[in-house]
Amino acid sequence: MKPCFSIVLRRFCSRRTVPQVCVVGAGPAGFYAAMHLSKNLRPVKIDFIEKLPVPFGLIRYGVAPDHPEVKNCINQFTKLANQENINFYGNITLGKDISLDNLRQHYDAVLLTYGAEEDKTLGIQNEDAQNIIAARNFVGWYNGHPRDKDLKVDLSGRTGTIIGQGNVALDVARILMSPIDLLKKTDITEFALQAISESNIKELYLIGRRGPLQVAFTIKELREQLKLPNCLTIWRKEDFEGVAEAVVNLQRPRKRLTELMLKSLDNQSSQPGSYENYFRPIFFRSPHKFLVHNGQVSGIELTCNKLFGDNIENQRCIATENKETIDCSLVFRSIGYKSIKADNGLSFGTSGCVVNENGRVIDNKGREFGRLYVAGWLGTGPVGVIIHTMGNAFQVAINICHDLKNCESSKDGFEGLKNILKNVNSPVITWQGWEKINRFEIELGKKFGKPREKLTCISKMLEVAAE
Amino acid sequence: MLRSLSFFSKNTKELGIFSQYCIQKCSLYLSSALRHGEYEWQDPKSEDEVVNIVYVDKDGNKTKVRGKIGDNALYLAHRYGIEMEGACEASLACTTCHVYVNQDYVDKLPQSEEKEDDLLDMAPFLKENSRLGCQITLTKDLEGMELKLPKATRNFYVDGHKPTPH
Repeated sequence: MKPCFSIVLRRFCSRRTVPQVCVVGAGPAGFYAAMHLSKNLRPVKIDFIEKLPVPFGLIRYGVAPDHPEVKNCINQFTKLANQENINFYGNITLGKDISLDNLRQHYDAVLLTYGAEEDKTLGIQNEDAQNIIAARNFVGWYNGHPRDKDLKVDLSGRTGTIIGQGNVALDVARILMSPIDLLKKTDITEFALQAISESNIKELYLIGRRGPLQVAFTIKELREQLKLPNCLTIWRKEDFEGVAEAVVNLQRPRKRLTELMLKSLDNQSSQPGSYENYFRPIFFRSPHKFLVHNGQVSGIELTCNKLFGDNIENQRCIATENKETIDCSLVFRSIGYKSIKADNGLSFGTSGCVVNENGRVIDNKGREFGRLYVAGWLGTGPVGVIIHTMGNAFQVAINICHDLKNCESSKDGFEGLKNILKNVNSPVITWQGWEKINRFEIELGKKFGKPREKLTCISKMLEVAAE
Repeated sequence: MLRSLSFFSKNTKELGIFSQYCIQKCSLYLSSALRHGEYEWQDPKSEDEVVNIVYVDKDGNKTKVRGKIGDNALYLAHRYGIEMEGACEASLACTTCHVYVNQDYVDKLPQSEEKEDDLLDMAPFLKENSRLGCQITLTKDLEGMELKLPKATRNFYVDGHKPTPH
């Protein structure tokens, strides 16, 4: 009887020997990691837990609407999500609906890929004045992020300033200065399109604390900006002192980028006439304080900087006594993102990422958490384009595969979470639910001649998913 | 249309050169018409069409592939299970199909266009012989070419790493 019973028992449990992996955050890092796991760890069951009812994270809410090709990776992600061993559970927030302990209790491995959703602040006087807007929220607003749908942005003035010189800063500039007929055909939200079509902003400053040789934006984004019709880019000649001489010693990417700036500088004087829009990058300036009129920003006082250090790309800036003031009625702060501590069990390092070694999460005493991992911006910091996130996600997934190779699973995965989630009021959205939202958005987009019109209201998303 | 041209061109040398010129110069049109790689799944119809190339993965393992004129190096890699990503589906918006072309063949490829160069500038481990796999269309000239995949990623940023300041 006994051996027979144990065979039955083993048969009964064999379903459970499949390792159960939970991925928190259904953005590119999570999807790329899951892609690798699903291919290399067979069998494996992977559950995505996502705060929003909809997947794809920054691919959906970060990538600019006029860059639809970048979003093509969604096709691959969708293929993956349609596999039987992959599940999506949207509308569940880590740290609110469910704790990290819950997840670790019911899964063999937990991978955190919830990104960096907050924006860094400058910490200077009057930063809370009206119309000083986090670029993050502005991007979320035109891309239809539910959190940013009610953003108040006043585009009635003539001059705006963007603080920061990364690709997000250039995205914001390009969206504000692109011909409206181009934006009309994208999946930009209808309310943003309306507001931008009525915008009076004709002049945008782009302020960086260091020089042309240290800019963070990449050549593709700059070239797009320089090619905008009816927009003249005006650089300050004095900012480029010594730059032409430095070019020969630069590595290829920095070299080509710098040559493009120099070429544009050369061209600006030979392009007289009047333009509809003016784009004015300024270097060696740090915001000192915001000037305010009737509660709304009216200008920025800038500190002039000097650079020190031998290694050109790593020069540090030091403030001088000199100040400069720019009048503007709109400011975007685009100096980077930071991650939030979604669960108290996590320990964050000084650089604002979850402390980890090759993706394996380390606790505050330097010990490894068992089978808790981090990938993407939450682990690397908010830098790089999709290939960097992909590479990192693959590397972490290789480590997870290694750790789970001989895993005898006794975990029950999402089944075990159901008990905890039953006390949560808001419904869980599955992949089928997302597909309904997806179809609804595409249908809605047809009315406006767009590839899609995103739903920006969570309750509406839930309603559509429940139909 | 281009492909049928290359069929007819077999007999006359001049036309052969012309058609290869077409295929090289017009690779954009080819790849946009065949974006999803169906063409790469068709076997060569004759030996004249065959272009043998080799993929080398990041560990140095070689995979010999019997491709054909007009094949896109990204989709051909997909057919043979080579781990080349191609996130943007050959629409020139990412660098996930970055490869190194062996030196003898660098000059046999049509020069990269500005847009490809701009993207390559963002690729980790960029070298002189870097190209995007999705922009390489096979021609007879490329017989014997080796395409090597770069290392997966730059080193991890562990805590303490400071992201490049703006």
